[in-house]
Amino acid sequence: MEKKRTSLVAWGALLIGMLYMGIPLVATLIFSVSSKLHSVTAPTPISFSAYATIFNDPKFGAGLWFSLGAGLLTILISTVLLVPLIYWVQLRMPYLRSVIEFMTLLPIVIPAIVLVFGLLGQYRGTFLTNSDSGLYVLLTGSYVIIAFPYTYRPINTAFQAINVKVLTEAAQSLGSGWFTIIVRVILPNVWTGVLNAAFITLAIALGEFTISNALAQNTFSMYLFYMETKIYEPVAFTVVAFILTWFFIVVLQQVTKRPAQRATRERSAQLIGGAIGLPSASESE
Amino acid sequence: MAFLELTNLRKQFGSSWAVDTFNLNIDQGEFISFLGPSGCGKTTTLRMVAGFEKPTSGQIVIYGTDVTNAPANKRKIGMVFQSYALFPNMTVAENIQFGLKVAGQSREVMQQRVTEMLELIHLPETAKRYPHQLSGGQQQRVALARALAFEPQVLLLDEPLSALDAKIRVTLRQEIRSIQRKLGITAIYVTHDQEEALSISDRVVVMNKGKAEQIGTPTQIYNTPQTQFVASFVGTLNVLQAKMVDLANKVLAVDDQHVRVEQITIPVNGKPVSMALRPEAITLHRQSANGKTIPPDSNALQGTVEDVNFLGSVVRIRIRLRDQVVNADSFNNPHAELPAYGEAVTLSFPSEACRVIG
Repeated sequence: MEKKRTSLVAWGALLIGMLYMGIPLVATLIFSVSSKLHSVTAPTPISFSAYATIFNDPKFGAGLWFSLGAGLLTILISTVLLVPLIYWVQLRMPYLRSVIEFMTLLPIVIPAIVLVFGLLGQYRGTFLTNSDSGLYVLLTGSYVIIAFPYTYRPINTAFQAINVKVLTEAAQSLGSGWFTIIVRVILPNVWTGVLNAAFITLAIALGEFTISNALAQNTFSMYLFYMETKIYEPVAFTVVAFILTWFFIVVLQQVTKRPAQRATRERSAQLIGGAIGLPSASESE
Repeated sequence: MAFLELTNLRKQFGSSWAVDTFNLNIDQGEFISFLGPSGCGKTTTLRMVAGFEKPTSGQIVIYGTDVTNAPANKRKIGMVFQSYALFPNMTVAENIQFGLKVAGQSREVMQQRVTEMLELIHLPETAKRYPHQLSGGQQQRVALARALAFEPQVLLLDEPLSALDAKIRVTLRQEIRSIQRKLGITAIYVTHDQEEALSISDRVVVMNKGKAEQIGTPTQIYNTPQTQFVASFVGTLNVLQAKMVDLANKVLAVDDQHVRVEQITIPVNGKPVSMALRPEAITLHRQSANGKTIPPDSNALQGTVEDVNFLGSVVRIRIRLRDQVVNADSFNNPHAELPAYGEAVTLSFPSEACRVIG
């Protein structure tokens, strides 16, 4: 009876959560395909004109590619910086781990607007603030900073899952230098963490608005700003942004699920083999 | 000139010396074991030879080349780790050929060498498998193959079998020794398992608190331990407190019973001494009519059976003298009745079986 009551409570909480999240999403979707304002609850006729407008707008495509480019650059810089850093801390300076973990809190605590105006003030009068390419560099640098907490954690977790010291020593005993160790031994074994970090970074790059607005960059999120006088188009854009984010999450899940899926398939094969009397790997020694 | 020379090696961590004035010369093709309890410095010494720890002082020379300050990846030393350390992202074949790939060998050479190594470790069918698809014993054999594939000067093994079950350990250690003999490679094996060290080594270095207590063949280490530590650490040993009664005739008193010893290797100055006696050197005589006759020149101690432990092929009987206990080992005889608790027995042993060690 107690178990049944707990189950009902759990299902009830889940339902409330789903309604809390789902109702606004569904309402957004319905509104985006409405042709008339007063038809929001039952749009007649359904119209995809808002979607057509944004997909045909050159600014939409330009913003998307701009943000994807900045996102990819951010991923590259973050990976190149963080993978060797976390590797070295794990291998030689574990006492620095708490310092780095404290540093990952700073981008969360300090608002993005403070960050960007701090950067603008610091580099005023230089190439970074006086040119488009310089502003792009500032934008990407800002993305690297705000994505830091979300890139560090998955990569660090991936490192914790392997015995970095022993793998390094094994590779050294076989004649490897540091570059070979990182590229051939360490990176492939933390690749899941790097991919996790990459997709989160991409989502940040696509959705970030404050820095883009302050630096007047034509990012994906700035397209919303350009459509502030429209009614249905911003809503359609929101739906598209959601779908893109969910797409990245699904891809991430598929890519990072593969090792576990493989282990599950093997375990299933072992169990079946054991059931029909086939020897296990240890018995066959 | 020895193939591998370790001269006055010392390693300090903080204020303590993990390795203290360690000297050893190893000939080519020799199989040496470092044996000792945890924290004795055996792994630290091995890691200095591998290049993973820098000696505080001392020298490491391999075939005339001083490698004391050479980085680990330049020493051409193969190493087998306790945790196998196979690269999870590579297949068995890729793991084995890794050292050859780093050295820039051609694909044909690598393929041939991988095939040879897989035949050597009797796992030819596992080339395309990943480490997580192998058992512990198979992983360790692949680790051995990987360490040997690039033809290192020296092979180092850091407690490679300690993560495996007892039966696999016995077969695998014999395989390791067989492969080492076949290839003629110089090997250093670290273990805390004395049976392992004694059964496969040409020489054993017994270490304690950073120092080498004794270096010798397994027979020397076991039969003629030079220090109390070696005597008590290697094999089971009875250490009895005794007093010198007659120095000229080498007679000691053990709980008011007299024992004659053959060797006294330390100065005796009137203080109590320690007398070492291996359990297997003792013969148990029961009071029954079928009891064995005590040889005329043997020592004899009277005692009472306190405990009987059946260990499979060996039966270990604990006998109380007056204040001290003695363990006596005998082979398991299914036709003989075991002595009973409280039974009065006589222990006999030749005088050359006991030594004064401290």
